Formats: sequence, structure tokens, C-alpha cells
Amino acid sequence: MIEFQNISFAYEKERPVLSNLSFCIREGENVGLIGANGAGKSTVMKVLLGLLKAEGRILVDGTEVTKGSLTEIRRKLGFVLQNSDNQMFMPTVYEDMIFAPLNYGLSRTEAEERVDKALEKLGLQELKHRHNHKISGGEKRMAAIATVLAMEPEVILMDEPTSALDPYNRRIVINTIRSLPQTKIITSHDLDMILDTCDRVILLSGGELAADGPADAILRDRALLEAHRMELPLCLGGARRQG
Amino acid sequence: MNQVERGACELHEMDELAARQSPIHSLCPLAKLLTTIAYLVTVLSFRKYDLSGVTVMLLYPVLLFQLSGIPVRTCFHKLRFVLPLVMAVGLFNPFFDRQPMLTLGALTLSGGVISMLTLMLKGVFCLMTAFLLMATTSIDALCAALRRLRLSGMPVTLLLLTYRYVGIMAEEAAAMTDAYHLRAPGQRGIRFSAWGSFLGQLLLRSMDRGSELYSGMQLRGFRGEFHYAAMKPWRWSDTVYLTVCVALFLVFRLFHLAQLLGSLLVR
Repeated sequence: MIEFQNISFAYEKERPVLSNLSFCIREGENVGLIGANGAGKSTVMKVLLGLLKAEGRILVDGTEVTKGSLTEIRRKLGFVLQNSDNQMFMPTVYEDMIFAPLNYGLSRTEAEERVDKALEKLGLQELKHRHNHKISGGEKRMAAIATVLAMEPEVILMDEPTSALDPYNRRIVINTIRSLPQTKIITSHDLDMILDTCDRVILLSGGELAADGPADAILRDRALLEAHRMELPLCLGGARRQG
Repeated sequence: MNQVERGACELHEMDELAARQSPIHSLCPLAKLLTTIAYLVTVLSFRKYDLSGVTVMLLYPVLLFQLSGIPVRTCFHKLRFVLPLVMAVGLFNPFFDRQPMLTLGALTLSGGVISMLTLMLKGVFCLMTAFLLMATTSIDALCAALRRLRLSGMPVTLLLLTYRYVGIMAEEAAAMTDAYHLRAPGQRGIRFSAWGSFLGQLLLRSMDRGSELYSGMQLRGFRGEFHYAAMKPWRWSDTVYLTVCVALFLVFRLFHLAQLLGSLLVR
């Protein structure tokens, strides 16, 4: 479904962010993209979404990501931003949710149906007419996911979906992610969440592919994780004292 | 909450006022926009000495305040920074135009004083009406109304995004102000020497957030043209509202109501 073929990218020539990255994601997979700060996780997302132009080829359902195909590609990929405030820029949740369906040419009735369906799916009906600046961080994160669901994308990309959430809201978001049937690519430092939601993990290190395999195997490999400035998930005893 | 944060909150309050329910809120935004334009044109068309004529125009904002349930205090609170500027217009008229024009008992008012008062009233009434339009109509609905008036998409989208980005800039400024004051206890305001870097940082941070937000929009299919949320359809009540209001403005403008009423009383 998604194919990265020899992708390289650099903001400055001497410091490549992604180097010759190749991997393939099949339909229905839940992939966790992990790595230390600066490993290139967010860049992978941006390159895939066509926000950054990289060397190499990226194919989504056989269509190459180019300037001309961006509309078609972005229609298939729903991206939940790390900072929900940047995603929820309209006055109310409803207006934010209807934004994408209308942009993609749906009639108002069809768009409204999609909004209601997405809200119902996440149990957020009471948020529909609430003002974005009046809802809590957890609600905002859920609403941001709902805005993406209203697009009915084939793949959902999430950048740090559980960051800055309290344990209760974090659990709600995790359960929501698990309930979504779409293909998912999730970048996060929250390895417990990755273990909970993903069946496959891609470990990036210095812009290169360090490991790619079942989540359970990679996230239990202490030596591998520590070699790339990571730790075991907390639930597997990852919080150990340094020094 | 610091001053900048309060400013951002006030922006959000306008959205909340616009989301209220009232007979005025339920009118089609286009009807409200056209009526407001007609009101502004009428008010501005009064001659500079026509103080009593302009005064009658107060009836419209008063009626709007009553029907919309928007508190008058809120209006003057939100306009507190602009009102003094408007009031300052014509402040020098009394010095240039000293011709006596009106005698009220022992008090003689010069043409300059009358024209100054007329200008002040014009400014205040226009601001009040513009505020009432904003307070009873969301910015999206207003922009949709402007598009229905066949205004080009670009300036309308620019208007809408500017409104949104001002909020973002205020949020960033509030966070930076807090960070500054936490490390400069007891200091009032921001030291002049820090203004340069403060403004530079504010600009960079706003640009970063702005581009992130724009990416978010692009990823949801935005291609330069806003598809505004459902705009209320034009109904009979809108036609009646617009017609009655414009007719009243014409009556107020063409017939000197204050003088007519006065002559009735004197007779």
C-alpha cells in the first residue's frame, strides 16, 4: 500500500535527515515508527504527505507522491498532528470537522453525515457544537482524530498521539486507535502505547532504518533499543536507574 | 492570566457572542451585512453640523442591543482602545470654527463644537454597529456573506485567516510574556532592551505555528478557497428586516425627525 524506495532527505546538504530509506507498509497494518529525537520520524511523515520533497520514490496504492498527485494522495492519508491546536483552527468542533469533506467536494448533506458518523464512532456527539478553545486537551485530541475520520481516509498517520495527555485520556486515545480499522502509522516516544496499538515497528536511527519487525520482538530487545538511544517500554521494565 | 492572554480570550469571546441565540443572531448574515453597510453610509452622509439628525441614528444600535441581548457594557469594554481615537477626530474643530451656531440659554455653541460632536457621534455609532454585526455573526458567516456579494475569494480568505492568525500570535505572545515574567520577577512590562529579540522570536514562533497550521489545512484538502460552514438561507424575515431598516434609515436621513418632533412640541 505504501512503499518507500531509497528515500533521502536533508535540510542542509552535510546533515542528511533520511538516508536511503526503504520499506513497505501493507494494507491493514498498524506500524509504529520509533526512534530517538532527530531520528527522522516526523520527516518520514512529512515526506509521505508531500509536505517535504525528498529524493527517491514513494508510492501510495501504486501512485507516486508528486506535486500532481498530492490531492489524490492526501485524500487517502489522514494526518493527526501532534499539536491539536494546530489542527483545530476553526471556532467550533463541527466547523473543523466539516472542513475537509467540503474541501474534497462533498455536498453539505454528505459532509454533515460524515461528521455525525465520525462523532458517533468516537462517542463525541456532545462536542459537536462546542468551541475549540473551551474543550480540554484530551477532548481536543479526540476531536482532532474525529476531524481526520470525517475524511474517511484509508491510512491514518498520527504524530505523538498520546503526548501531553493524562493517563485517563491517554487510555481513551489508545482504545480509540485500537478500534480504528484503517491502516495506521504512528510515531511516538510512548513505547507502551506503540506496544498496545501496533503489530509492527520500524526503528529509525540517524535517518536510517535500524530495525523493522514485529512490535513484540523489537520492543523487547533491550540491546537493540539501547543501541539507538531508546529504552524498553515501561511495562516491560524500561524505567531503570541510569549510572 | 496576563494581559496578552486576556486579549486572546476577548477574541474568543467574540466567537461566543456570535454563537448566541436571538432574533438578530438568527437573521441571514447577508441581510445583517447589507443593513450595516446601509447604516454606515447613512450615518456618514449627514452634514457636519447636523447633530440632531445624527443623534436619531442611535435608535438602530439601541434596537439591536435590545433584540440581540448583547450587553452594552461588553461593547464599550471591547471598544475601549478604539473609542478614544474616534473621539479624538474633530478635536481641533472648535479652534478653527468659532462661528456661534447654537444658543442654549446662556450657553452658546460654536460651529466647531457642533461639528466635533457630530463627528464623534458618527464615529461611535459606526463602531457600535460594526461591533454589533461582529457580535451577532461569526467571522465565517460574515466571510461567506462577503463571498455571496461576489467579493473575490482571496481578500476574503485573507481576512478570515488574519482573524485566526491574530489569535495564534496572541497565544504565542502570552506564552512568551509568561516565560519572561517568570524570570524577571517584580519587573513591570518587558524591558525596552528585550523588545527586539522578543518581537523577533514572536514573529518566528508565529511563523512556525502558522506554517504548521497551514500544513494541517493543506492535508485536509485546502486549496485556497474556503468552503464556509452552512450559511443561513435567505428568508422572508431577512427581506422584511432589510427593507424596514433601510426605509427607516432613509426616513431618518431625508426628514429631520428631531426638528419635526420639536416643532410638534413647541406648537
